[in-house]
Amino acid sequence: MWIALPPGLLKMRRLLLVVWLGLIALAAGLVPGLLAGPAWGVFAVLPLASMAWGWVMIDRNWRSWRYAERADDLLISRGVLWHEQTVVPYGRMQLVEVTSGPVERHFGLASVQLHTAAAATDATIPGLDPAEAERLRDRLTELGEARSAGL
Amino acid sequence: MTTPDAAGAAETTETTTTAGNTENAENAETTGEVTERRLHPVTPLRRAWAPLAVLFGWAVHDPDGAQRHLSRLTTTTLLIGIAVIIPAAALYGFCSWWFTHFAVTGTELRIRTGLVFRRTAHIRLERIQAIDVTQPLLARVAGVAKLKLDVIGTDKKDELAFLGADDARALRAELLARAAGFAPETAHEVGEAPSRQLLRVPPGVLAVSLVLSGGTWGSLIAALVVPPLLWLATESVWTVLAVALPLLGAAGASSVGRFVAEYDWTVAESPDGLRIDHGLLDRAHETVPPGRVQTVRIVEPLLWRRRGWVRVELDVAGSSNSVLVPVAPREVAEAVVARVLPGVTVPQRAALSPSPHRALWCVPLWWRGYGLAVTDAVFAARSGLLRRSLALVPHAKVQSVRMAQGPWERARGVADVHVDTGANKTVTARLRDAAEARELLAAQAERSRTGRRDARPDRWMA
Repeated sequence: MWIALPPGLLKMRRLLLVVWLGLIALAAGLVPGLLAGPAWGVFAVLPLASMAWGWVMIDRNWRSWRYAERADDLLISRGVLWHEQTVVPYGRMQLVEVTSGPVERHFGLASVQLHTAAAATDATIPGLDPAEAERLRDRLTELGEARSAGL
Repeated sequence: MTTPDAAGAAETTETTTTAGNTENAENAETTGEVTERRLHPVTPLRRAWAPLAVLFGWAVHDPDGAQRHLSRLTTTTLLIGIAVIIPAAALYGFCSWWFTHFAVTGTELRIRTGLVFRRTAHIRLERIQAIDVTQPLLARVAGVAKLKLDVIGTDKKDELAFLGADDARALRAELLARAAGFAPETAHEVGEAPSRQLLRVPPGVLAVSLVLSGGTWGSLIAALVVPPLLWLATESVWTVLAVALPLLGAAGASSVGRFVAEYDWTVAESPDGLRIDHGLLDRAHETVPPGRVQTVRIVEPLLWRRRGWVRVELDVAGSSNSVLVPVAPREVAEAVVARVLPGVTVPQRAALSPSPHRALWCVPLWWRGYGLAVTDAVFAARSGLLRRSLALVPHAKVQSVRMAQGPWERARGVADVHVDTGANKTVTARLRDAAEARELLAAQAERSRTGRRDARPDRWMA
């Protein structure tokens, strides 16, 4: 019943993490190292440590994301420490959006976002395959129309 | 019976705005049947104070400069100024009044305004959430009133200002009758639906309730204590004034301001919804159509508890009106709530199940305030220890359900359940047993889905 996210999102997030923290580590190591003496270069360890920690965390977070299309509602479950589970009845969907930024597009990813009349409804599924995202959008729209209800 | 049209809920904005579109207006005129009307002729005067206010503000802001300019003014320049400004202002006022039209059709209210930039708003009647007639003090003197419309999906209120007081009331009755689905021919004659008074708040009770509210005292004490302390600390007049004035303003608004606004609060029931009339200087007449209420909150401040008084607040999608009853005995207030949410009885204190004792470690002390009851019709969550508040959401109004659990909550085996409604309010049942929360999540989604089926139709009198 539950569908997990494809590995693309994990790859993208890890790459972004390595690139950004790598740059920060380089700066944190080089600047004090050149200005105040090579011993100060150990500052680079800090970003590197957080990179290692982030590497594991991103994996845990990615594993925690999953969704299920049930007969009458969509279920989204996410988060490790702060776990959250959202249920949106199909009849309450006002709008289904597929978005894909430049980085996401490069990795062949797209997110599906559901809007209801309540702004607090936070139902986003990130890192889907574009084909799957479109299938989901069409299916949700179709189910939403069939079970539509107003406010 | 839901109108198939509700599918159009996806399209939340129904106010179409066209700029520079004269063609459209001509069409509307040539189709004939729609009679266009103008606002009351005193309307242009409503902005007459604006230039004076600008001048006054400038004089206060820069007193020296103002005096210098004033001494340089001769009678001739003054006369010339008056001769130019007054006709220009009058012409502008006249034109803006002349070019503002409104018309009521079978399905829409059309408002056409604008001299240079034209704007045509078509407001679909079944999307109207509430219509208020307000009369500011000066408007009361002039015998005119303002009509405000709450529409889903629009941020600002569309208003018709000003209409004759009787016209405004008749127009409101007509709009509500048409929105409710009366045939167009009879909509005029329906007139104002008869109303039956449910509740009237005596001025004495209102005054006592304000004296017994923490907010009144808090703001008063802040206004009396902070400026002297600040004076001791800085000895700068301007700093003290800059802090004291807003504080005094807040203190005035929370005591005298609230008394003036909530004076003679009357709630009456009529077929087109609940009528709320209130105000000492500015009279406001609000109508809340039935079936549009998303959440109701029953608030009980600490000092009101002995007298058994409560305050009832409500959330309506697209509306800013939030008070239903400023103060009333609990039984009376609950009877009014039963009118706004048909078929709902407010769960009694004993019927609410408290959080498990182990939740003590997540929210010390205040965990005792949390409670939850789910009935056939509503999801009711209580919170607060001193100032108790009970929020009710009809199942039909639930848009989505969320369960959230933080690390501390997981350690104690509890979780929160959030229920989101269309008025952008979330009602939270905090610190429920984790297994119960999981069940609640599934069950509430199911109730939200089925609750809609027996909900009232969008056209409520049809």
